[in-house]
Amino acid sequence: MTALLSFQNLAIGRGDHVLLRDLAGTVGAGEILHIRGANGVGKTSLLEVLCGLRDAEQGEVTRAFEPQACHWIGHRNALHPALTPYENLRFWCALQGAPADGIRGALRGFDLARVADQPCRQLSAGQKRRAALARLAVARRGVWFLDEPLSGLDDAGIQYWLALLQGHQQQGGAAVITSHQALPAQLPGLRALHLS
Amino acid sequence: MTWIPNWMHRLASPPAFYAFAGRLQPWLWGASAALLGYGLVGGLALAPADYQQGEGFRIIYVHVPAAWMSLFIYTVMAGAAVIALVWRIKLAECVLTSCAPVGASFTALALVSGMLWGKPMWGTFWTWSDPRLVSELILLFLYVGISGLQQAITDPRAAARACALLAVVGFVNVPIVHYSVEWWNTLHQGPTITKFDKPSIHVSMLWPLLSAALGFTTFFAGVLLQRVQNELLWRERGNPWVKEAIA
Amino acid sequence: MEAFLAVMARELRLAARRRAEWALPLVFYAVVATLFALGASPNAPWLKVAGPSILWVGALLAALLSLERLFRGDYDDGTLEQFFVSPQPVSLLVAGKLLAQWLVIGLPLTLLAPVLGIAFGMGAELTGVLVLSLGLGLPALVLLAGFASALVVGLPRTGVLLPVLVLPLVCPVVIFGAGAVRAAEGGAPAGAPLYFLGAILVLCVCGVPLAAAAALKNALD
Repeated sequence: MTALLSFQNLAIGRGDHVLLRDLAGTVGAGEILHIRGANGVGKTSLLEVLCGLRDAEQGEVTRAFEPQACHWIGHRNALHPALTPYENLRFWCALQGAPADGIRGALRGFDLARVADQPCRQLSAGQKRRAALARLAVARRGVWFLDEPLSGLDDAGIQYWLALLQGHQQQGGAAVITSHQALPAQLPGLRALHLS
Repeated sequence: MTWIPNWMHRLASPPAFYAFAGRLQPWLWGASAALLGYGLVGGLALAPADYQQGEGFRIIYVHVPAAWMSLFIYTVMAGAAVIALVWRIKLAECVLTSCAPVGASFTALALVSGMLWGKPMWGTFWTWSDPRLVSELILLFLYVGISGLQQAITDPRAAARACALLAVVGFVNVPIVHYSVEWWNTLHQGPTITKFDKPSIHVSMLWPLLSAALGFTTFFAGVLLQRVQNELLWRERGNPWVKEAIA
Repeated sequence: MEAFLAVMARELRLAARRRAEWALPLVFYAVVATLFALGASPNAPWLKVAGPSILWVGALLAALLSLERLFRGDYDDGTLEQFFVSPQPVSLLVAGKLLAQWLVIGLPLTLLAPVLGIAFGMGAELTGVLVLSLGLGLPALVLLAGFASALVVGLPRTGVLLPVLVLPLVCPVVIFGAGAVRAAEGGAPAGAPLYFLGAILVLCVCGVPLAAAAALKNALD
């Protein structure tokens, strides 16, 4: 199995502080890396470094994929409150160079068809999270970087997202996820990285 | 970064620079005291009074070096800013943020001394028709803006890098400001106040002036090193070398 | 290019949905000009002389105040992160946003200026120079203000920090802009200052999007 993402000797800092040192790991096709740890330990910073949003203090990240072949969904939803979920996703497609024809279907899948044309400020927190995650279904991409994807989601939402994730794995995709909630242990290829 | 000499590379590490700055400082203070002493005694007491400007001209021994320093420090700051942005060297970040308040002080000194000189020479403290004075004022605003930005951002590294960007943009701006202010004055219709053209300055006046300028420069270098030392101690406060250095 | 246009289209759509965003700067501009007139004695001769300067500084403040939050919303809601994972260069996206801001805020101010110019006794020729100078100067101003608001994007409150950062940078723009009108007033050719404004604008168009993108990256780190 080839590694899609590998990192060695990684040190992560915020400001002048070094939060984490000597991190190493690989993520291959079909694997999920679950980053766990207490609040403030640097999970999000690590995710940002792995995705390429932030520079590492030290060490190397090797990515065996094109920058546009990954999904980044941060803990903020990147939805403008005055635009509808559909408009927000269409803007995102143009920004990322992805085709826009799958948006309606993706929103329907996350049970957002009813609110797809309402401004996002009228949506509940869970609905906004669903709209943000719908990006995963709009464009198929090899590696997912998800920061707390499950926060605010109800059970149905979590189940639908898990089904998406498993489909993604079966197609040879990989994912790096920070989450306080435990991911189901029966997920194949699930590995946890505990930070302290 | 192979082309950077080895000793420079080593010096850029905070503990090495801290020690180096500590060794250099006494020499700088000594040189500064000697040069400023000669410059000020020579300028304020020994040099003959100017035949045109009388005793009032003596303020140039403060004004000219201060104005020179205001530009020199901005150049140093912009140089450090480029280094900080390109190579992400912490030392350069500290140099750049340490420059801003010192530069602002020299600029303010140049402005105040210029105004005091203007009163007897031009009959007014302030005139908008001297491009150098107006440029100096705008330079002061630039310095204050950089300091303000640094104060506003809490994370020291983000603050330093934001200041670096502003300093570089400001550096491009300075000549444009100076030129625009000069052009602006050609529009001025009223009677222009005669500026004293720089006549060939007599040697007895020149040496003290150069000495004062060098004295200001060494003084700035001393102050800068002291500030950079403080900044390094603060930003590296978690590291063991700091505990050793202040023990 | 598609991403550039998408950023522009999004800004324009938002402006169409929130009319206060571009209407209020116009009102602000008119009120500032009115206050200057009210501060003088009625029909004071110096008002006519100071007209170009008042109209220029008024337009500058109106544009500046509305640009303070330029990147703030995108920073807060995470859109900025999406800028940085996009395959497009961020400076291009920033340029699209700034161009849209000029269309939404700068252009209406430029068009309102001649109306206010009438109140300050400007003739047709002077008005033409005023519009030209604002047309060249306000885009540069929008760019510089965008750079400054990128520098302070991570701060909870900026207060007067943004004007303090921007105003020294825009001194040459004001000098040449108001100077072009005053030159025309004095019967001198206004070409030279307008060319200078154009040169400054070109410099800003080339450099500022890069600097603003670097500032945004720094704020995200």
